Amino acid sequence: MARAGDPAALLRIRGLGKSYAAPVLVDVELDLVGGEVHALVGANGAGKSTLARLICGIDQADTGEMELEGAAYAPRGKREAERLGVHLIPQELNLIATLSVAENLFLPRLPSRFGMLDRPRLEAAARAALATVGLDGLDPWTVVGGLGVGHQQLVEIAKALAHPCRMLILDEPTAALTSPEIETLFGEIDRLRRAGVALVYVSHRMEEIQRIADRTTVLRDGRVVHTGPTAELPTARALQLMVGREVARAMSRERAAPGAVALTVEGLSRGELVDNVSFTVRRGEILGVAGLVGSGRTELLRAVFGADAPDAGRVLVGDPPRRVKIEQPSDAVRAGIGMVPEDRKEQGLLLQEPVRVNATLARLSAMTHRGGWLDLEAERGVAEQSRDAMAVRCSSVEQPVRELSGGNQQKVLIGRWLLRDVDVLLFDEPTRGIDVEAKEMVYRVLGELAAAGKALVVVSSELEELLAICDRIAVMSAGKMAATLERDECTHERIMTAAFSNYLSGPDAVLHGASA
Amino acid sequence: MNPPTTTTAEPGRSPLAGRMGGHLQGAAAEHLGLVLVLALLVGMFGALSENFLSALTFTTLANQIPALTVVAVGMTLVLVIGGIDLSVGSVLALSGGILGVALTSWGLPLWLGALLALGVGLLAGIVNGWVTVAWAVPSFIVTLGMLEIARGSAYLVTASQSLYVGEPVQPLGAPTALGLSPTWFLAILLVAAGQVTLSRTIFGRYMIAIGTNEQAVRLSGIDPRPVKMIVFALVGVLAGLGGVFSVAYLETADPNAGIGIELAAIAAVVIGGTSLMGGRGSVVNSFLGVLIISVLQVGLAQIGASEPVKRVVTGAVIVLAVILDSYRHRFAPRGEVWRRLRKTPG
Repeated sequence: MARAGDPAALLRIRGLGKSYAAPVLVDVELDLVGGEVHALVGANGAGKSTLARLICGIDQADTGEMELEGAAYAPRGKREAERLGVHLIPQELNLIATLSVAENLFLPRLPSRFGMLDRPRLEAAARAALATVGLDGLDPWTVVGGLGVGHQQLVEIAKALAHPCRMLILDEPTAALTSPEIETLFGEIDRLRRAGVALVYVSHRMEEIQRIADRTTVLRDGRVVHTGPTAELPTARALQLMVGREVARAMSRERAAPGAVALTVEGLSRGELVDNVSFTVRRGEILGVAGLVGSGRTELLRAVFGADAPDAGRVLVGDPPRRVKIEQPSDAVRAGIGMVPEDRKEQGLLLQEPVRVNATLARLSAMTHRGGWLDLEAERGVAEQSRDAMAVRCSSVEQPVRELSGGNQQKVLIGRWLLRDVDVLLFDEPTRGIDVEAKEMVYRVLGELAAAGKALVVVSSELEELLAICDRIAVMSAGKMAATLERDECTHERIMTAAFSNYLSGPDAVLHGASA
Repeated sequence: MNPPTTTTAEPGRSPLAGRMGGHLQGAAAEHLGLVLVLALLVGMFGALSENFLSALTFTTLANQIPALTVVAVGMTLVLVIGGIDLSVGSVLALSGGILGVALTSWGLPLWLGALLALGVGLLAGIVNGWVTVAWAVPSFIVTLGMLEIARGSAYLVTASQSLYVGEPVQPLGAPTALGLSPTWFLAILLVAAGQVTLSRTIFGRYMIAIGTNEQAVRLSGIDPRPVKMIVFALVGVLAGLGGVFSVAYLETADPNAGIGIELAAIAAVVIGGTSLMGGRGSVVNSFLGVLIISVLQVGLAQIGASEPVKRVVTGAVIVLAVILDSYRHRFAPRGEVWRRLRKTPG
């Protein structure tokens, strides 16, 4: 980024870098100017949110520096950043639902007199703060939980403005808003821009960015690949920049001819995020599910598995397809479907229990003699076989599973379903938070499962991963199946185009990238 | 803690030791701390009171504890799945009342009266479980409601009178071999059955798993609802049995029986190291908890402590036990691994 730098910049970012397990941000250079809306765009994991967190002090950079109005700026916490006038409106709002708007606005420092809440002063201050975001009519004593998400967001903005505010970062602010609410928000953003506030707008909704951003920065793999006026960056070009290159990677696994149909999903709907979705998977096949975070991929898997009962649609298993009624995960498992959930610790594992107990949980009935008695010897044997088959690294099968690394925990979970011998396996982000070696192990296992005639559905935010292991890739966009691409059609660009398709324009133009 | 309760059983002695022999060896370590505390208490009271170390003390104690013991077994099971049942004391009184009326007014034989009493306990347990599971209401609230319902019903059934039953219940309550009553043997049998269920059956494994992470259990394709229902039903039956034992001990059906026994049971279970958050528990340890509380009560009485002093001391011991237990778990990880490893070859 050999730019001279904007002399008028409010915040200068130079050489900023951050690594967690792997580098997330690399050598980021950016000038943010007062009175300007600056959009940050990029694919999943490009580093947008991390950058936002560094700017507002939630996380600290490993390398590089920032300058706020010429002075070194390295906030060690959110509080400090806020004191200097830098505020973040997070995607998940931070309001306390059971308290009033007024109390939420001034929560860290409520006005008081003799230790009692000074209600008149609080109310006056709250009214003034609400007026700055156009909520003059709102009673400050309204309980926040009773407000719509849009109003809550404005309250959060008013909270930022109630303190000195020079820079406001909005992380996916429209994700949960209705169109009128979005209009209100845009009006407010425009007003703040004219008041000289520097605004950072993090979003993947290209249409909104085209509308309100003065400049746009594209991040890819943690690097700034483009910064310039939004007007000179057509959406197609922005998508290209996010993707970066045309990659057609050879399949790294042996591929058998797909077998009989194993799972058929027809017109499945559940809530807002699964809207009339249909697909099939065959034995020996890996179907990838791509899409942006929040596009309904996890919700789709949960609906198929019965974790959240679907509102409409049918699930059929086998060939010829036989309809199964799935209202509970136990129904799905009986029909031969298993799921490895996204959040291993919360949804999959019994952390304090040993590997043995975790491995055999779905298959205990095979560990009994006569009725319900557990045969602990047999169980241990089975658990040890599972450990060996999955190459789980543990001191013994009696080691509590919480002491294992993320990758080994994941292997234990996969092993649980192998013991159960299901035909269809649903994986939600199977390699999230595990190291490279374990990832390769997971890929190998997925390949072996397919080779053994299982039908797999794999949700992942890592396109490379899907391109490497999948036979076909279905793309979700705003709750709909936007495209299903055969392997030879799968490219970064086509997938990303489909993933963004339902976010590009209004609800009337949803069909953009849909394949029959 | 003054329900029809107290304790017996020679602390370090046979019933436990025998049963533990069949247990996984490593598990003995889990019991060891509690057995030591118990031995310490017995030794202390033995030194302080010359009458304490006598066969009479121990048989008296033994015949007092069966009701609390079976209630504590049930409480352990429900705490393991992450629930609680506050209604056990009232259900105990209601079942006892039914038994009393059945024997005195209706002239039913003991076995039929006892069966009726257990049926009433079962019914209360099923209602508790059904409301908890079907409406996802916290069991604390549901069973608090049942506490009132069952207590009121107990007064209705007995017309608010203590019913003297006498001879018809003596087959259960009167001392037999070694001066111990049949209820004592039954209670011990149930402790063993509860422990085996928890540690050696699929059902018990599901219970522990549900208490540890119900969501993970559900997403493993196991429907947690029937398991929870059955546990609440079991707790109800055990409370009903507690009612039968209580009548057998007192030879009287008292509608005020079992007031506060839910707290005594929770105290015993917690002293035994069962987690109020679910997922961890041992029925044998709960029984040791019952013994500790009961020895404390009887011992304090024998050295002449007044009722108020007894309560203060008992309360302090409960808090101390829980603090000790939290230390054990905070610093356990390494030791725990080691222990589990040792368990492996066995």
